[in-house]
Amino acid sequence: MARVSAARQPAARTERAAAPDRKRSTLALDRLIHERLRLGIVGALAAADRMTFSELKELLHTTDGNLSVHARKLEDAGYVLCEKSFEGRVPRTEYRLTPAGRRALDKYLAHMEAIIKAAKG
Amino acid sequence: MSVAMPRAAGTPIHQHAADNLRFIRDTMARAGRFAAVPGWGGAAMGVTALVTAAFAGPPAQGTRWLAWWLADALVAVAVGSVAMARKARRLDSTLTTGASLQFARVFLPVVGAGAILTVAFVASGLTPRLPGCWLVTYGAAVAAAGALAVGPVARVGFVILAIGVAAFASPAAWGNIYMALGFGVTQIVGGVAIGRAHHG
Repeated sequence: MARVSAARQPAARTERAAAPDRKRSTLALDRLIHERLRLGIVGALAAADRMTFSELKELLHTTDGNLSVHARKLEDAGYVLCEKSFEGRVPRTEYRLTPAGRRALDKYLAHMEAIIKAAKG
Repeated sequence: MSVAMPRAAGTPIHQHAADNLRFIRDTMARAGRFAAVPGWGGAAMGVTALVTAAFAGPPAQGTRWLAWWLADALVAVAVGSVAMARKARRLDSTLTTGASLQFARVFLPVVGAGAILTVAFVASGLTPRLPGCWLVTYGAAVAAAGALAVGPVARVGFVILAIGVAAFASPAAWGNIYMALGFGVTQIVGGVAIGRAHHG
């Protein structure tokens, strides 16, 4: 019995030692996507091909200002493409995910799965 | 669902990762749904079906009955198309890409199959059995495409499909009653539910 606990002790130490590693791996996450609203924008565009500003706003239950700011950050990073046009006299803003954005989302998903897998041992 | 949900202090990192994955999955599922389902337009289509059922007479009247319902189908297509386009415009959405396109890709082939079956039924002298054929095919189209849409669209489709099965199992003379139930009452109830919950 004592041998069993002794055998477990190094494992516990390894677990404790692995914790900072996991923390580091989280820090290495794509911070741009990690933010919840930006994650929502990228996820939505991955599923819907293209979405208008209003559609994204309704889907993510957010405000015009908030969505504009976060969409702009994704646009600046080259993760989404923004197309502005007019339908009659009404301005229309449409977003699409770029290949870089899709790759970033795939990488982020893989990262999340790896964290879960590591926790399950 | 709120997007403003930062990681709670002390939450294990794997739980946070699982929560993020769940959030992405939910967002993707909701983003891929067709939102421009015409609720009030569907209800209006139901009203025209009730009027047609009242005036078309029994299916045994053949050509007269068929002419009434084909005319109603044209009116319904016009009403549905206009309502869908108006709702899409109001939602600042588009009908030619993404979820709308997926919806059309599922819905239209099944409706097309119904049109082909209509010709086959009429050519085979089975016009009085058309109510079952139309309700089953339209119900199947709505049920299948409804899986890609917001609200209770798929459920409305399954109800219409079930009414179609009942129509096939009943005497042909009851056809108009089933048409009124499926294309009329069910569409009105479903349309009002969608209109109220999903912006028109």
